[in-house]
Amino acid sequence: MIGEWLVAALILLGAVLCAVSSFGLIRMPDVYTRSHAATKSSTLGVMSILLGAFLYFLLMHQVTSAKMLLAIAFLFATAPVAGHMIGRAAYRSGVPLSERSVQDDLAKKLRSENKRTGA
Amino acid sequence: MAFQIVLNGLLALIWMLLANDMTFVGFVVGYFIGMAFLFGLRRFFKKPFYLRKVWAIVKLLGLFLKELVLSNIAVIGHIVRPRLTVRPGVFAYRTELRSDWEVTLLACLITLTPGTLTLEVSPGQDTLYIHAIDIGDADELKRQIKGSFERAIREVTR
Repeated sequence: MIGEWLVAALILLGAVLCAVSSFGLIRMPDVYTRSHAATKSSTLGVMSILLGAFLYFLLMHQVTSAKMLLAIAFLFATAPVAGHMIGRAAYRSGVPLSERSVQDDLAKKLRSENKRTGA
Repeated sequence: MAFQIVLNGLLALIWMLLANDMTFVGFVVGYFIGMAFLFGLRRFFKKPFYLRKVWAIVKLLGLFLKELVLSNIAVIGHIVRPRLTVRPGVFAYRTELRSDWEVTLLACLITLTPGTLTLEVSPGQDTLYIHAIDIGDADELKRQIKGSFERAIREVTR
């Protein structure tokens, strides 16, 4: 009984988080802020959906599907790296930050680097 | 650490042979008995007793999960606000961590913290360039948070 409510709550929460994350993709001004919304919220959303599915099979069907737990672990380990790599690639290929930005330490460093290598 | 775990497994195997029960339960019982022996003999090892490090790893995982939840609350707060009040920016952060593993863990932790995202690690591995979604109230606070992260990571790796 309590298990059903827990499963329902987890899956609903995950779906709501994914929805909020996609709204963030629409609303945010530039690549980097969008990346914040995409990496964090959708990671937690998908993780909680998977946990809900795992608990559903465990409690309703008495089946322990370890694949779900493995998927959660892999997501948890790979999502931050993906966000980091996309942000880095965007910055290196010269995607501008939004006009709201107040500070940019990396630009100076990249300029001096390019002077050295003559690029 | 690894040496002590292998030794613990070996003691569990010896226990299984002594008790003549080749089951998983027998292995677990033997593992706990071996753990008690290793704890008694801990002053003969060069490194401290390995459960301390295991506990540090568990604490780091808990920190990861806590930060994931907190960062989601922060980012959702920014998304659902009727008017955007974000002030994004990139700031440089010097770290004392040195080895590849430590810097990787720190970068992943920063990516999962409230409103920060690692953009670049300098070639010398001593400076991280971090994109913050709202830099105005963040800078000092970030430094405190990073202090706690770096300490947690150092407890695991050293």
